[in-house]
Amino acid sequence: MTAVIASFAQVTMVVLGAPLLVGVMRQVRARMEGRVGAGVWQPWRDLRKLFRRQPITPVGTTWAFRTAPLVLVGTTLVVAATIPLLTTTTALDRAADLFAVVGLLSVGTVVLALAALDTGTAFGGMGASREMTVLALVEPTILVAVFALSARVGSTNLGQLVDATLHNPLQVMSPASLLAAAALLVVTIAETGRLPVDNPSTHLELTMLHEAMVLEYSGADLGLIELAASMRLTLLLGLVASLFTPWGIATSLAGLPLALLAFAAKVTVLAMVLAAAEVLLAKLRLFRVPELLAGSLVLALLAATTSFFLA
Amino acid sequence: MIDHIQALHLAAGVFLLTAVGALWRRQLPAKVRLLVVQGVALAAMIGIIGAQRADLELLAVALGLGVLRAGVMPALIRRALVPLPQEQRETRPVVDVATSLLAAALLTLLAYAVTRPLVALDPTPITAVLPVAVAVVLIGFFTLTTRRRALSQMVGFLLLDNGITATAFLAAGGIPLVVEVGVSFDVLLIVLVLQMLTRRLRATVGTTDLNELRELRD
Repeated sequence: MTAVIASFAQVTMVVLGAPLLVGVMRQVRARMEGRVGAGVWQPWRDLRKLFRRQPITPVGTTWAFRTAPLVLVGTTLVVAATIPLLTTTTALDRAADLFAVVGLLSVGTVVLALAALDTGTAFGGMGASREMTVLALVEPTILVAVFALSARVGSTNLGQLVDATLHNPLQVMSPASLLAAAALLVVTIAETGRLPVDNPSTHLELTMLHEAMVLEYSGADLGLIELAASMRLTLLLGLVASLFTPWGIATSLAGLPLALLAFAAKVTVLAMVLAAAEVLLAKLRLFRVPELLAGSLVLALLAATTSFFLA
Repeated sequence: MIDHIQALHLAAGVFLLTAVGALWRRQLPAKVRLLVVQGVALAAMIGIIGAQRADLELLAVALGLGVLRAGVMPALIRRALVPLPQEQRETRPVVDVATSLLAAALLTLLAYAVTRPLVALDPTPITAVLPVAVAVVLIGFFTLTTRRRALSQMVGFLLLDNGITATAFLAAGGIPLVVEVGVSFDVLLIVLVLQMLTRRLRATVGTTDLNELRELRD
């Protein structure tokens, strides 16, 4: 019962908090660039506006285009219920396996790429092919990075990983976990389409990755995709926060409100740092992106080797 | 509190990470900054071993090495960099960056493979770090051979030397002070000579790209 309540709290928090997190990031950017900014509630206002509008499906598109936003949001919600954000024992704890979570996130990306191909436009195909290139490098990096952490615990269950760090907090300072943290941060940035891999605030056709895929969506469908994108950002940042700074995470029902506060604080700080870094960065040339991702793959690989040999 | 072993392993992690970072970055000033961090990590590793053994000599060596590797040598490279505003980037390395990063991963695995018998001789938490030092030696050598700019090659040389120093301290548990001082001055002299050579090169040829040097002149 406790686990069900905790999972429910996690999903509610992620759904309600994710657009706010994006709002905070935009606000930080705006302030640092000397603009007033639209306020942290602007993403929610945008979503409300989009949900009221009628979605339009382009002529000639099939079910792949129509179901993609629903599948994307659905897989993201399952991940939100599964991974340890507020508590180490979620209702789907048995499924909180690393491979399952990465698989679920990839299903969302693949479905969106299929939908982009389904529209038959040049931009859709271009965006889909770019996104798949990024995914092909991101996925092994996440897997190898969490391998480095799980070699010590002897399990790929995310709940147990967080639990182990909670009981032995100094493990965070080991070289393996630092390298894994660096690798995971890079792939989080790539997977959520933020600078320097992709620029979430432009529609400049030659450089788009994520935005190129969702170009044909409108109305409520676009709203769902935007919501899912912000949720994925929150989930990945939350996963990094839980794996490397698990303090405050609840082990019982009473600890849930405190865990909520701790989680919100951790993810907000992480997002603000990310947003501040984005102000100082320019987007990488597309052909340099694999270089960055190969770098993070190497970091993950080094993390795995050091965790094996310095154990 | 973090105990000695964890601190040592942490410093070793930073040591390896900065070596990979120096291979990754194209900007020469960024490479030099990484070299500073690596010098601090090296000094920290030796200082931690010294503190654990309560060995004052080792602590003094750590301090001296820290000043030399994190202060003097990066400053020398930086001084050589200032008159070369158009050569702040490693534009076309012999092996491109993505491939060299994968090579670095393979070199690290190789380092682990070849040091296993050495670690097995005396399996303590200190010798367990030995593969990291050997990996930095290999990565430094790789940087030295695959970068075109004279200053990047100097960075590679210093990585190599940091790795050799770390190997010496981790494998032998410290070397006599006289030897260490001698080696350090040697390296300092090499860097000074290379810096001078880079300037001469720039003055006569107009670039520090060593691949441009095709023929002998008098």
